[in-house]
Amino acid sequence: MSPVAEKDRAVVQLLLDAGTCPRCVLRFCSVGSQLLYRHPQQDLLKDLQEFLKNSQEKEGPVCLEVADPPCKRLRLEHEEEGADELNHNGAIPQLPSAGNTGNTGNTGLDSSAGRVCNVCLGILQEFCEPDFVKKVCQKVNSADYQFTSFVFSVSLPPQLSVRERAAWLGVKQQMRNLGLPLAKDDIVQLKEAYKWIIHPQLAEELGVPADGKSLFEVSVVFAHPETDEECHFLATACPDCFKPAKNKQSVFTRMAVIKALERIKEEDFLKHFPCPPSSPKNLCDALEIQCNNGAVFVAGRYNKYSRNLPQTPWIIDGERKLESSVEELISEHLMAEFKADSFNFSSSGREDVDVRTLGNGRPFAMELVNPRRIHFSAEEMKRLQQAINDSSDKIQVRDLQLVTREAIGRMKEGEEEKTKTYSALIWTDKAIQREDIAFLDDIKELRLEQKTPLRVLHRRPLAVRCRLIHGMRSEYIDQHHFRLHLRTQAGTYIKEFVHGDFGRTKPNIGSLLNRTADILELDVESVDVDWPPSLAD
Amino acid sequence: MAEGAAGPGGAERYFTRWYKPDVKGRPCEDFCVLQHSNRICVITLAEAHPLLQSGKTIKNINYQISANCSRLQNKVSGKSKRGAQFLTELAPLCRISSSDGEEYTIYSCIRGRLIEVNENILSNPALLQEKPSTEGYIAVVLPKFEESKSVTQGLLTQKEYEEILMKRRSSAS
Repeated sequence: MSPVAEKDRAVVQLLLDAGTCPRCVLRFCSVGSQLLYRHPQQDLLKDLQEFLKNSQEKEGPVCLEVADPPCKRLRLEHEEEGADELNHNGAIPQLPSAGNTGNTGNTGLDSSAGRVCNVCLGILQEFCEPDFVKKVCQKVNSADYQFTSFVFSVSLPPQLSVRERAAWLGVKQQMRNLGLPLAKDDIVQLKEAYKWIIHPQLAEELGVPADGKSLFEVSVVFAHPETDEECHFLATACPDCFKPAKNKQSVFTRMAVIKALERIKEEDFLKHFPCPPSSPKNLCDALEIQCNNGAVFVAGRYNKYSRNLPQTPWIIDGERKLESSVEELISEHLMAEFKADSFNFSSSGREDVDVRTLGNGRPFAMELVNPRRIHFSAEEMKRLQQAINDSSDKIQVRDLQLVTREAIGRMKEGEEEKTKTYSALIWTDKAIQREDIAFLDDIKELRLEQKTPLRVLHRRPLAVRCRLIHGMRSEYIDQHHFRLHLRTQAGTYIKEFVHGDFGRTKPNIGSLLNRTADILELDVESVDVDWPPSLAD
Repeated sequence: MAEGAAGPGGAERYFTRWYKPDVKGRPCEDFCVLQHSNRICVITLAEAHPLLQSGKTIKNINYQISANCSRLQNKVSGKSKRGAQFLTELAPLCRISSSDGEEYTIYSCIRGRLIEVNENILSNPALLQEKPSTEGYIAVVLPKFEESKSVTQGLLTQKEYEEILMKRRSSAS
């Protein structure tokens, strides 16, 4: 049975003559059968040739009229090579290309099998063959990813859209010239057809199904340098579609080209671009074959036992201030186990370099970007946690677990809303007795007005923020020292509450005690965020 | 990390002290600039300033430095502190008059953007004399990033300033 409808006969003929591959011919005939595209292209070509022959016999040449001169002229301009055999056979003498002598010995139908398609530039030809599928799969397998399905993405050179348009206009014009009803516009997209063909092959070779929602992406970037300049005329026709953008290498992006093609008038397009498009010498290059696994997220809580350890690398003017950081002590191990490209660390607030975080620790999460390994059992996570804890006495980690991206929002919510408890070692200039500080224990819900501390004013807006000290408990040490336990609203600057920051936090411990006070040590005793869930030991 | 006045005592552990003596040729009108390691500067009276000497009573503090410029009108917004008044090295910050009829002008001493002035000293002028280098500060100034090192170049270090104080004492005696 013929793959295409009788009404498309002229289209088939025109495209094959112009050097279009059989699969692109099917696309232009709106053939929607995925199975059909998977047939070897030689077979498809034979089928189409057969179809042309049969329909010729059946209906005879009378149904087609001689092409109009304008079309003929156009065809002649762009069809130096590749006259088709059918003309010699006299099968369809009424087609415009009949004007070509075609005595070059280059017989159209035979050669079109080995010729690079003038529309897909080889995408639906060589790049559907098992050799290319093998090449892609070798690349995937050598990258050593864990995955249970894949999504295949293709980036095509933008000029393919231009060529596709030219081919389509050619078809339209031909149909009009022949007085045939215009075919519908809903041709099968190149990418779609390509995926129909290549998905089953990749799935077979990789041993997992193709899934549009898969987090494991195999992407191929195609380029065709030979025809790169074919988009350029669009910039003169539609200059406002091609605005330079900072991170773009070229203004001729696929989206910009498509936009310009939507705007440009048919006659302007035809003035600048051969229709049908010429046959290229070379196939596309598969520039890149890349794999990317969706990010995985690990959460937990950390304790920090050092007063010389920043939370994140501390680098000023390119110079490291301290050799390590909480972030690095944790990420080192995670990066090695998940074999990720990079990571993003976030946490429920942060402590200063000289502040310890005790108690149950501070919730944190780490995004691991493009991990090779993604499956970890609870047991393996526990071992990973142990490895982190064994490697440093400056930090400890608990409740280490895999979480979803969405769950991390819970941690950030908590950052603003929840309470925190602290322990501060405080010095006073004038001597204190036990009874001088006892009243602090009775203060509840103390309202502070804090101007942005001078120590962070260079990078934060100047503002007055109201914060609550929910409660305090003092422990007398000696005439100049006491320890103060505080429970506060998140976002309270504790150091400034103690020393007053030039009177910019009011009230402060100094003003409450009517002395000069300073903070010698600060510990976070708890960050009251109930995420991530605690795990049994 | 600790610079300048190290050890417990006020919020000065992270600040470096710089001095500018005899500003505009007026004897003992010395100012102190406390520069934080993050380049923020706090402008204060230095201990030898006439206003801090015993017997002086502050009568009035005026941030209106000219007919159409008041430091109290200074408003900054955002991280980049848009809208700040820009101060040159000898821009006046305020004028302080004492009960003996003298008036003293307080100068910025460094180039930069005015971030805030201390409004607490308006309602409580005694702060200026009781805690001149903490709660009695005059203003907060943020030098340009590229000038954060050079703004203090013409100023004296604490040690150099102490030498000047010694000289003054010996010439007085």
